[in-house]
Amino acid sequence: MLAELKERLRAGSAEEYLSRLFEKIEKSSLNAFTTLARESALRRAREFDKKPDQGLLAAVPIAIKECISTKGIETNCSSRILRGYIPPYDAHVIERLKAEGAIIMGKTNMDEFAMGTSTETSCFGPTKNPWDPGCVPGGSSGGSAACVAAHEAPCSLGSDTGGSVRCPASFCGIVGLKPTYGLVSRFGLVAYANSLEQIGPLTHTVEDTALLLEIISGHDRRDSTSAEKGSYLPGLKDGVSGLKIGIPKEYFGEAVGEGVDERVEKAVWDAVSVLEGLGARWQKVSLPHTRFALAAYYVIAMSEASSNLARFDGLRYGLRQGEDRDWHTTFSEIRSLGFGPEVKRRILLGTYALSAGYYGRYYLKALKVRTLIKDDFLRAFKNVDLLASPTMPIPAFRIGERINDPLSLYMADVFTVPINLAGVPAISVPCGFAGHLPVGLQLMGPHFGEATVLRAAHAFEAATPFHEAKPEVV
Amino acid sequence: MITKEDVEHISWLASIKIEDEEKDEFVEQFNSILEYFHQLDEVETDGIEPTFRVVDLANIFRDDVACPSLSQEEALRNAPRRENGYFKSPRIV
Repeated sequence: MLAELKERLRAGSAEEYLSRLFEKIEKSSLNAFTTLARESALRRAREFDKKPDQGLLAAVPIAIKECISTKGIETNCSSRILRGYIPPYDAHVIERLKAEGAIIMGKTNMDEFAMGTSTETSCFGPTKNPWDPGCVPGGSSGGSAACVAAHEAPCSLGSDTGGSVRCPASFCGIVGLKPTYGLVSRFGLVAYANSLEQIGPLTHTVEDTALLLEIISGHDRRDSTSAEKGSYLPGLKDGVSGLKIGIPKEYFGEAVGEGVDERVEKAVWDAVSVLEGLGARWQKVSLPHTRFALAAYYVIAMSEASSNLARFDGLRYGLRQGEDRDWHTTFSEIRSLGFGPEVKRRILLGTYALSAGYYGRYYLKALKVRTLIKDDFLRAFKNVDLLASPTMPIPAFRIGERINDPLSLYMADVFTVPINLAGVPAISVPCGFAGHLPVGLQLMGPHFGEATVLRAAHAFEAATPFHEAKPEVV
Repeated sequence: MITKEDVEHISWLASIKIEDEEKDEFVEQFNSILEYFHQLDEVETDGIEPTFRVVDLANIFRDDVACPSLSQEEALRNAPRRENGYFKSPRIV
């Protein structure tokens, strides 16, 4: 997709292509975008048309999730408390994209501070699923997924703390990757739960995801957890012959959470058969601590959130309203006004989990369970090259269906959060439909095993038609 | 069990004011979420080390070299209240 688009832009007009996208977005009712960087984007497109430059993404437009800092373009995490904040610097990933010639189109809607599975907690209202406007696009990178699925942008970046790239990729029928923790610099990503999150691409094809990963990965001294990159495009088409795929039995049937939708389960087993037909072998494996992953994840994520979001006080940026009173009263009122209910819930529960007398019972306990979950994966990867499962246990649900019951919303993350706890990479690729709604196959690899994950995903995609399906809005 | 007084105390610790009418709902939600978290008690973790970071990186040192940073103007640009080149905070004492 992106390779052909680059050729088309070089032969035709980048300005014309970009203008058409902006026109489409203006007419769209999906609410995928929060801010459009129309002026700067069109200026850059005109420059390219006048004097085409090189670069892996020369003149390719890209949409960016609200929580990734973009110099000169509002970055507000879809939260009232950060409305109007204009970063004075670019995130590392934005610097890399610009260095390769990409055009930043604008910012996409998300769950407030990435806390959600449906993009319904945004202060801008929910984004709609292009396959069914009555359904959620998934979250928290719902805008980034919906705009790509609806062809309002050719590709985008999201962030994934507990599934926030893979879930919307699955619900919107596109490709989304959560890289190994440390592979992509978090410099400029507004922190929610910093020990869990990574920035990742959302695209139409696996090759496009590999291309974006080549660009955004790599060491950055401004992120103390940053690692060296690998190489993702060269071996992409080498196939899956001889590859051993593990099927974690806890990720199917009634095993954990509220169970897996039968249609989802069937689509994933069909996908495993396709991979088998291409020369891979599969075997059942066990990740015995899976059923504790959700609780461990939410304790850790909420604890980290309570600390990371302490910086939002209206002093250096963001919301400040009314007469200043004493320090504590002023900040407590700003934070009460600026944060939505889910963000408050998570900060308050995280504060509780870290408070005197409870640290050992909740936070430390969750970190020990995290060790056991990580060990489950390390053990499994001694015997198999990859693991395969549904990305989400269910297809996209209705807008409003779960938002008033936080726990039922958390349950939907049952197959995505273990990956963030273990820090391993995982991709979601379209593998079929449940009725009219897309289903995603999740392929997980060992730490820094992106090349294998992408190679298997590419082989699957090349053998199946699902990535070519288009929603009616297109 | 979390009580209304607990919610008030946590709200003070977290510096987030909670309206009276929100408190009962938070008490109910927090108790159901914490009850779910209590399944962690079933896991045997004696002798298990906590995982603070998933990818092992040793300390990374660099020379302490001054490099360009934001100008005062840039740093202040997003501040909703400022005075004489400073952030303006509420009264502390």
